[in-house]
Order: sequence, then C-alpha cells, then structure tokens
Amino acid sequence: MGIARPIANVGRFAAEQVGDLGRFTVFSASAFRWIFTDFTRWRLLRPQLYEVGVRSLPVIIFTGAFVGMVLALQSYPQFELLGRASWLGAVVNLSVVKELGPVLAGVMIAGRVGGALAAGLGTMKVTEQIDALRAMGAEPIRHLVVPRFLACLLLIPFLTVYCDFVGIVGGYVVAWGYGVDTHEYWMHSASAIENWDIFAGVFKSVFFGAAIALISCYKGFQSRQGAEGVGRAATEAFVVSFMAILILDLFIVMFLQGLYDALWARTSVFLS
Amino acid sequence: MSASEPIRVEPDSGEPTPAAQDQPQAVIRLEGVSKQFGGHQVFRDLTLEFRRGETTVVLGASGVGKSVMLKLILGLMKPDAGRIFIDGAEITTLSERRLMPVRMRFGMLFQGSALFDFLTVYENVAFAVREHKNWPEARIREVVRQKLALVDMEGTENLLPEELSGGMRKRVGLARAIAIDPEVILYDEPTTGLDPVTADTINSLLLRCQRELKTTSIVVTHDMASAYKVGDRLVMLHEGGVIADGPPEAIRRHSDVRVQRFIHGDASLAAAPPQGDIP
Repeated sequence: MGIARPIANVGRFAAEQVGDLGRFTVFSASAFRWIFTDFTRWRLLRPQLYEVGVRSLPVIIFTGAFVGMVLALQSYPQFELLGRASWLGAVVNLSVVKELGPVLAGVMIAGRVGGALAAGLGTMKVTEQIDALRAMGAEPIRHLVVPRFLACLLLIPFLTVYCDFVGIVGGYVVAWGYGVDTHEYWMHSASAIENWDIFAGVFKSVFFGAAIALISCYKGFQSRQGAEGVGRAATEAFVVSFMAILILDLFIVMFLQGLYDALWARTSVFLS
Repeated sequence: MSASEPIRVEPDSGEPTPAAQDQPQAVIRLEGVSKQFGGHQVFRDLTLEFRRGETTVVLGASGVGKSVMLKLILGLMKPDAGRIFIDGAEITTLSERRLMPVRMRFGMLFQGSALFDFLTVYENVAFAVREHKNWPEARIREVVRQKLALVDMEGTENLLPEELSGGMRKRVGLARAIAIDPEVILYDEPTTGLDPVTADTINSLLLRCQRELKTTSIVVTHDMASAYKVGDRLVMLHEGGVIADGPPEAIRRHSDVRVQRFIHGDASLAAAPPQGDIP
C-alpha cells in the first residue's frame, strides 16, 4: 500500500511527459506540413525576421565579445608557461567557432527570443486571439508558428557567425594586449581552423534555431490562463530550449565527428 | 425540475415545442451535447436550436457555459458527447481543415474583443477578407471603410488596439466580425466591462448590424438591459441545461425563481416573481 502511491505518481508523471511529447510532435509536424504545403507570407515573416535577427544582434555581439576575451584571458597564462603564447589564437578561435559561439548564441537566443515567443503567443492564447484566428477560418500554426520558425531557422546561423566573429576579435584584443605576435597569432589560428569547423558550428546552430522556435511556440500555445500561466510558459520555453540545445549539441557533435572521420583521417594540429 | 428539462414558453401556441423537433428554419442545432472540464459538468445532454434571422440571447450566471456554447458552435471546442448541426450538416466530427469553410459563415465578437495586438485596426478588419478573398487591395480598403463606418469608427485605421478604449475595441471587433458578411454573428458578452452609455451604443450597433446585414445572431450576456433590447428570444442556462426559453416578455414573467433571481439581480428573491400573470 505504502509503495503504491509513489509508483502511481511516477507512472502519472511519465504518462504526462509522453503525452506532452506526443502533442509536441503533432504540433511540430503540423508546422512542417504548412511550410511545405503553403509557404508563409512575406508580410508575416518580415516582422519576425526583424524581431529575431536585428533585435538579437546587440546581445549576440555582447556575448561573443566577452566569451572571446575571457577565454583568451584564462588560456594565456598556460600557453605562456609552455612558451607557445602565439598558439593562443588557435585554441580561442577553435573553441569559439566550433562550440562556444553556436551554443552561447543559441542560449542567448533561447532567453531573448524563445522567452518572448512563448510569452507573446501565451498572451495571444489567454486573450483569445488564437481562438479569433481559428474563428476566422485561419490556421494559427500557419500564421503564428511558421513565420517565427522560419525566422529562427534562417537567422540563427547568421547570428552565430556574428557571435563567432566578435568572439575572435575579442580574443585577439586580449592577445594583443598581452603582446602576442599578431602574425603568428593569426597564422596558427588559420592552420588550426578548417572550413569544416566553421561549417560544424553553423550546422549546429540551424538545429538550435529550429528547436528554440518549436519549443517556445509550443509552450506559448500550451500556456495556461493568467499572468502566471504566461510567465510559466516563458520560463519553461527557456529551460526546455536550453536543455534541447545541450542534448542536440552532444548528438550533432557525435554525428559530425563520425562523418569527419569517415571522410578524412583525423590529425591534431598540435601534434603536427 | 431538473436543469436538463427546460420550461419552454411559447405564448403564441401556449404549447411547449419539443426540443428534438426538426425545424427547417433552425440554422444551428445542439443535440444532446455534454461538456465537462475537469470535474465540472458544464453541459449535460443539452438540446437547443437557433433559428434563422432571429437574435437569440443566451443568459446565465458566470461559469454556466455560455461562452463554451459559442466555441462548440464554431468547432473551437469539441463536445464530450452529443452532436452539433449547422444547416442540418453535422460539424462535430469535422477536422480543423474541413471546419474552415463552416467558420467562414460565422463572425464572432469575443468578450475581450481579441483584436490582434500586432496589427492595426485596418489590418484587423481586413484580416478575414485577405485570408479568404483574392481581392485587390483597393476593394479590401473599401470593405474596411464600409465596416468601420457601420460601427462609427472611421479614421481609426492606423491605430493599434492598445491605443483604443474598451468600447472602441468592441466596435472594431464587431467590424472585424462582419467583414466577410457572415450569415451568423456570435456575440460573447458584447457589453461586459463597458459603462452604461457605451454599452447602449454597442447594443444599438448590434441592432443596426442585424437590421442592415439580416444575420442570425446569438448574443451571450448577463446584462439584462442588453438582453431585452436586442433579443427576439431569450434562453437561460443553469447547471448544464436550459431552464427557460422564450420571447423577452415571457421570460420577464417566468415562474422559475432562478430565472427571476437572475433577471432582477436579486439573490435573496424567495419564490414568487414580483409580477403576476405567470405562465
């Protein structure tokens, strides 16, 4: 008797999670169906491009710059001890391009855009604007989700490139401040970073953008009544998007490393 | 008397009309509809129909399911049991995509107006026209101008919903609801939250729309002044069913104490209504 209750609670929680995953899958499938059967209209997409792209730029630049600078600051003493300070650029820039740029850009966008998407759609739901759309014979997923999804999908890779660029500049500014030779700094950076690395970072960001948009829109559509419901939807959108970014990152890195190894033999630039 | 057994008042014949009787003029028919939220039973085997060209006012206390009824009619919610017919065709089992042409026959004024806050007044009113008619912008502009003129809101085209007062939002919501000349207009609490003068203006607009567009209207409200002014027929919901159904005068003289409490706004009313001539 005593153990039945906790087991029932676990079972109920599991059933809720599975149900939620099923609803999310149907929601995502519906968004994809609209993209491929009836492409969104420019007048719906344009404001979302502005919201996701232009308005996210300051926070992305800020994040990228500080990540690059901090990484260079923390790495420099070790490289100097080894007498290879000019290799600082290789480590900082490779870290920024392959991992920190895409992931931190994704996290910042999950916070800024994802939260706003969930709160905006949640407010539309509780003020019956989504019902009004349906009442007028319009499909809410096509009108509200598809433009937001496409804006995230198209612009997060560009924002990631901005984040990478600013991070690289930030790292160089610190290295320059320490007196690292500029020519050698960039020469080692260039030898360490391949086009594949840049591609890998940008490739990941496409998936991060899709996950952020779908999760945030879904949470907004599932928002409960009242200010608390909308607030909770925004919070959950960020938390779940953040977790999704980390999980996707792991699997995409595994996939890309396997693909790289299959295509080219792996060698370390530091051992060559 | 159980809540699911309505007292139907028909002064012309003096005879109750069987709820299940098929009437050709019934544009909307709810048949044995039940709906439950959590443990709360909103409708229990509800049967009700709305006749063409008539303005039916649905009355009832807060939480009785008036707004839910409108959403069931539009297919925005599905009933747990029962069937809903529009012009004799069942819509209960239709998919979202197949419901779209059905919904185009309706216009709905939402309780909080539900104007799209990211669109201007012009874009709000033009929304359904753009969605369903492949018209040039000049023609859409003319339709929007006409509808805004009908609700005395000319010159507000470029304003955003946040720049409008509650009464103005209701008017724009009404203009949006009638933009594609629907056959049926559903009004969800059209006067709630408005001062008495603005509420009366909305009632007059509602009558004007009814007169000029010749629509079937369903008005959900708990505002008795509004109900008496706009209704050809009043229906009162209570605990999952209809407890009164008839013309305004008959409802005013209804024998059920729950009806009298509601229409007089007096919870302490014991039994007999204040007027005689009880049916």
